Amino acid sequence: MTETFMLSNVETNIVLEAKRITKQFPGVLANDNVNFDLRKGEIHALLGENGAGKSTLMNLIFGLHLPDQGEVIVNGKTAMIHSPNDSIALGIGMVHQHFMLIPVFTVAENVMLGDETVKRGALDRNTVAAKINEISIQYSLNVDPHAMVGTLPVGLQQRVEIVKTLYRNAEIVILDEPTAVLTPQEAEDLFRIMRDLTGRGVSIIFITHKLKEVLAIADRITVMRAGRVINTVLPSETDSAQLANMMVGRQVILTVNKKDREPEADVLKVEGVTVRDQRDLETVHHVSFSVRGGEILGIAGVQGNGQTELSEALTGLRHPTGGKVFISGHDVTGKSPRVMTETGLAHIPEDRQRHGLVLSYTVADNMALCDYYHPPFSQRGVMQPKALDENARKLIKAFDVRTPSPFVNAGKLSGGNQQKVIVARELSRNVKLVIANQPTRGLDVGSIEYIHSEIIKMRDRGVAVLLVSAELDEIMALSDRIAVMYRGQIVAIVETKKTTREQLGLWMAGAHVESV
Amino acid sequence: MDWKRFGFIALVIIVLFSVVVMIGKSKQPPLLIITSMLATTIAVATPLALGALSGVFCERAGVVNIGIEGMMLASAFFGWLGGIYMFNIYDFGNALSITLAVLFAILTGGLMALLLAVLSVTFKVDQIIGGTVINILAVGLTGFLNRQLFFGKGSVFGGSVPGSPGVLPTLHIPITELFAPICGTSATCLQNVQAINRVFDQKPIAIGAILLVFISHYILFNTRWGLRTRAVGEHPKAADTVGINVYKMRYANVIIGGLFAGLAGAYFTIESVPSFEPLLTNGRGFISLAAMIFGNWTPIGAWAAALVFGSSQAMLINMQIFRDVIPPQWAFLQESYIVGLTPYILTMFILTGIIGKTTPPAADGVPYEK
Repeated sequence: MTETFMLSNVETNIVLEAKRITKQFPGVLANDNVNFDLRKGEIHALLGENGAGKSTLMNLIFGLHLPDQGEVIVNGKTAMIHSPNDSIALGIGMVHQHFMLIPVFTVAENVMLGDETVKRGALDRNTVAAKINEISIQYSLNVDPHAMVGTLPVGLQQRVEIVKTLYRNAEIVILDEPTAVLTPQEAEDLFRIMRDLTGRGVSIIFITHKLKEVLAIADRITVMRAGRVINTVLPSETDSAQLANMMVGRQVILTVNKKDREPEADVLKVEGVTVRDQRDLETVHHVSFSVRGGEILGIAGVQGNGQTELSEALTGLRHPTGGKVFISGHDVTGKSPRVMTETGLAHIPEDRQRHGLVLSYTVADNMALCDYYHPPFSQRGVMQPKALDENARKLIKAFDVRTPSPFVNAGKLSGGNQQKVIVARELSRNVKLVIANQPTRGLDVGSIEYIHSEIIKMRDRGVAVLLVSAELDEIMALSDRIAVMYRGQIVAIVETKKTTREQLGLWMAGAHVESV
Repeated sequence: MDWKRFGFIALVIIVLFSVVVMIGKSKQPPLLIITSMLATTIAVATPLALGALSGVFCERAGVVNIGIEGMMLASAFFGWLGGIYMFNIYDFGNALSITLAVLFAILTGGLMALLLAVLSVTFKVDQIIGGTVINILAVGLTGFLNRQLFFGKGSVFGGSVPGSPGVLPTLHIPITELFAPICGTSATCLQNVQAINRVFDQKPIAIGAILLVFISHYILFNTRWGLRTRAVGEHPKAADTVGINVYKMRYANVIIGGLFAGLAGAYFTIESVPSFEPLLTNGRGFISLAAMIFGNWTPIGAWAAALVFGSSQAMLINMQIFRDVIPPQWAFLQESYIVGLTPYILTMFILTGIIGKTTPPAADGVPYEK
């Protein structure tokens, strides 16, 4: 396979070409005269913000939608792709952002689904398992065909998706935002697998909005914005700033501007807090720190080191099993979220769809979730639609939420705008403390920039900010001080100016701390 | 299936059987009591098992079916009615009329299910409402037609129910003949063999139901059809992306489920007794649903649960035989409403999840939008 690839690579070998693709959805021109091509054995990144038309283009190529105009050419022939069956037959496989796996099926059952091997009427699980093992060994994927998919970690589930495409002999693999759900280590593994695949002649379309990844792995980069292809460039001839510029359509400030500021008195004080998770395992051990007014304390750490449980304990979503929590001197240990909110806490939760919003409520209702029971929103127990409406219109304007109206369900908005609804609700109140957990996860450059600037604004106003993030760059850009969490403990607290990325990385990996 | 669940089922059945044996042992040998109760249990569990299979196929494909009751009732009526027409008007003779009657019943179930499929798959109506529509429709339609055809003024059959072609015959499985030589001259041995033989002397639908339970189980978990059925019930979008037609799979499985419910309906009026009365299914469609849930949406599990409910009915029936020997403190067991409550109490008990949590298919009840 490798040799034939080498030989045919002498000329540029285009395996897939989309020509003048146009697709109109009600109200949106999702793809406007889009041209795109993929060469054999390359990783072609498709970069763009949410809603730029990347996923639409891929769904058209994969047969989940039909284009209004234009054609897709696969291996030099015009392809009629009406359903996933057609694209699979043409050797196109897709790994969706939200995995298309059935948790209660085994790996083998998931892989064979739709293309089952049958012996005398019965599923031939052993033959399928043998083939999966073969693929698994060939690309060092380490996938056990008999494991139940639901029990596998996310990174492995993604490999099952990759196996699914290879099992169907896919020569073109579309990866839709594959790193969105992965830890940095899992992402590194994925890049290694992607290189392995292209080395054996598979061509990859890599959809993402993360600039760094594109520059690290792509052979070519096509940038889309608002349904159009802006340009196709080589990573060696571009940089983050130029890509961001193309993506967003204006100058983007990738570095955060932050003035020096003298911190004030302690606002959040955490004393020896211990937390157990839902399986009753102690995941936070005796953690103590404080955050002062006008200061951002970043909590760095690889995901799963107790950050989630800690921030839940600090926001009233989980009872700490030990220790004390004070907000501005008030003991709020184990108090309900409402008490916390009334003491002056703003919480931007990790999972915005589950803990941040009621998706089936309107934007206006969501914006009043923290104080709906107070006047002006509620008078003598009756909701005041006019007050809700006015509040929503004011916040939508102030926080630049892109929504058709305040009465649209929050679930209908894009991720970035959903997050802006939460940020607007939380930061518009008169608060003393902000706890933001992964505030920019999965968001586009424009939204990230905006949310960062809002967090800085709070700090400049004298509010204490606790920022939890798995993105070390974000922590370093925003924080005044950084606490590193490792296995449920804070192993170091340093001033951002006095540390380096490498040093933090060592602490995050559990290196012994000599001095703090 | 987990052992805890099967253990619980076995325990309940053993307890119910023991009670009857304790009471009746002065009148009949225990083996005879046990075998006759087993025979009744299997027979009575037949419509429950078939109803549960109906639910399993629908819900494994992602369509909640609370219309099993209505499907059974309509099938019981139209199967029986068809038999009467074939027998009295077309003079088809007993055997042919009965066979056609069973087919009519099955077909009725299929048609009712088609209605559910159209409502829930094509029009994406709330599936609980869709099932309720089926239930109400069945009660209204069968009650109305029953009155109009047989009892109304100027009704087709002139005010009386004509002779029905009868019921399906009992199939004799020759256990006695096979094992009698082993006994030699021992009379007790022969009696025991004959007693055991009674368990197997069942009618065709009862035997068919047991076969269908195992066949369905195999199909669901070991064939392509089963894998795809479960896939569209768990994660229809995932099935769609590998080229499986979700709507087609759901339609087909809901209709298959309807055919099972139709056969269950045939049990009432073509296998059990040759007559129809309004509301004769009497909630057994809903008990089927409980059996399906307790069986964790698997055919064998659902059948085992149906046997529990069947054994409580068998207890009630057998208790009648021991009316004269029942001790006064056990007399309440003769009351149908006490023992008759068992399935419902068990159902509530089971649904609390004390005997292990059951997990429905993830997309059960959720219409699929492309």
